[in-house]
Amino acid sequence: MGAYLKLDHIDKTFTRGSASTNVLKEVTLDIEKGEYVSIIGHSGCGKSTLLNIVAGLTGASAGGVILDGREVNSPGPDRAVVFQNHSLLPWLTVYENVRLAVDKVFSGTRSKAERHSWTLHNLDLVQMGHAKDKRPSEISGGMKQRVGIARALAMEPKVLLLDEPFGALDALTRAHLQDSVMQIHAALGNTILMITHDVDEAVLLSDRIVMMTNGPSARIGEVLEVKLARPRKRLDLVTNATYLKAREAVLKFLHERHRFVEAA
Amino acid sequence: MNMTVRKLHEGAPAAAAPAVPAAVVALPAPKRAPAGEKLLAYCKMVAANVIPPLLVILFLVALWEMLCSAPGASLPPPSAIIKNSWELIADPFYDRGGLDKGLFWHILASLQRVAVGYSLAAVVGVALGTLIGQSTWAMRGLDPLFQVLRTVPPLAWLPLSLAAFRDGQPAAVFVIFITAIWPIIINTAVGIRNIPQDYRNVAAVLRLNPIEFFLKIMIPAAAPYIFTGLRIGIGLSWLAIIAAEMLIGGVGIGFFIWDAWNSSLIGDIIVALIYVGIVGFVLDRIIAAVGAFVTRGTAAS
Repeated sequence: MGAYLKLDHIDKTFTRGSASTNVLKEVTLDIEKGEYVSIIGHSGCGKSTLLNIVAGLTGASAGGVILDGREVNSPGPDRAVVFQNHSLLPWLTVYENVRLAVDKVFSGTRSKAERHSWTLHNLDLVQMGHAKDKRPSEISGGMKQRVGIARALAMEPKVLLLDEPFGALDALTRAHLQDSVMQIHAALGNTILMITHDVDEAVLLSDRIVMMTNGPSARIGEVLEVKLARPRKRLDLVTNATYLKAREAVLKFLHERHRFVEAA
Repeated sequence: MNMTVRKLHEGAPAAAAPAVPAAVVALPAPKRAPAGEKLLAYCKMVAANVIPPLLVILFLVALWEMLCSAPGASLPPPSAIIKNSWELIADPFYDRGGLDKGLFWHILASLQRVAVGYSLAAVVGVALGTLIGQSTWAMRGLDPLFQVLRTVPPLAWLPLSLAAFRDGQPAAVFVIFITAIWPIIINTAVGIRNIPQDYRNVAAVLRLNPIEFFLKIMIPAAAPYIFTGLRIGIGLSWLAIIAAEMLIGGVGIGFFIWDAWNSSLIGDIIVALIYVGIVGFVLDRIIAAVGAFVTRGTAAS
């Protein structure tokens, strides 16, 4: 049977005219149910492409993705994505944005009242119930991202895909959201695949950190297991030896062995 | 305390708006400071917006009166227009049968033609615009054709339209349609093409079907562009109907103007022009207001 989510020998080559670029090479990764896995690498290494392939938004040139025993190659709500720039529909309110997803996924299985309360439940989960009638333009960046998370969670996905979800936020807001995601992960036991370029974020949140080499032809360089007990407390970890060691390992990988060369 | 407040109120207008002291002095002294301040600020805003155009209009009318009062002037001065065309100005609703009606009835007839032609153009234009915005092949096939056809002046369509429909009424409606449709098509297509990839990704993850995608993503996302097209379209329709009616005759503001010219009633023409301008302005504002209501939130993402 194998892993819950299996990335099997994924290759991706972009072709434009006669020029073709091999972005990903032989990426294979097994993710267990309930696991929190981060993919880290320098920008341009193809980690976002990899996430898009898992989401089904981009097709792989070779290899494939198997989720819960079935191959997936088109987008669907079983792999909900939290996009980097929130991607809320600006003409809908916070509630309507989540409700759109709920209605689409559960229209056949749940009554109207159930869908309404499920929408509110998910907004409460990310502490955004108070702003349900606001439009995205009226709330802050961090709040938008919370709504994006609520929308993804509301689909009850088999795996939650986070595409640098906190990248555009300031450090304090980011910390708040990371705590929220940790709480949700602890409460619901979601399987999460997150793209990030923030070493601290990766170590704090993940069970495993997948480090990508630089592109072109990026592949998985190393996989680091973070053996820290949950729940994890940001402040306690500052002096924690395991935490520091993991952090050092990722930093060394990124800055010694696979230093980003701007010109390349 | 009270004294200071009063002083402030008397001092502020003179300092803030020295150009329009008359409008502010007329205000009754405010009894309660906060409410009074609000009223004062509101009056100031109104005065600042109303007084400049009013002054310009007064100046222009005076200039016109001066220039056209000379003996042998080819156009009548405002005073003569008011005297000669008073019936037209005072009662837009009279109806003595035939073409001898008040301006309201002429405007109404023109508006009806515009309503039919423009509504058709809006529906067909948004549909075609969506098609060429969404499909690269439709764009490649249709865009060159549209780019050529849209430069054909509205009146050039009229003879062809008369030949096809053999009647003035549908011919005029067709001219409105063909005039208004191009900006609607082109703006809708641009709007559809500019839908952010993010929204398409959201739709893909949610597995929206094509109809849901059209209604829930495309139309709202492209709405600001669509309404730009609709607004240009209504302006062009109003331009075209006047010209078309001059040629097809019957009840309508365009023919009214032509008829007045044939009867040498220059004053009537000028009154009609003012009506045409005001109606065109109102039409534009209506579409703009509908657009602002429909696209609330969209533009401010």
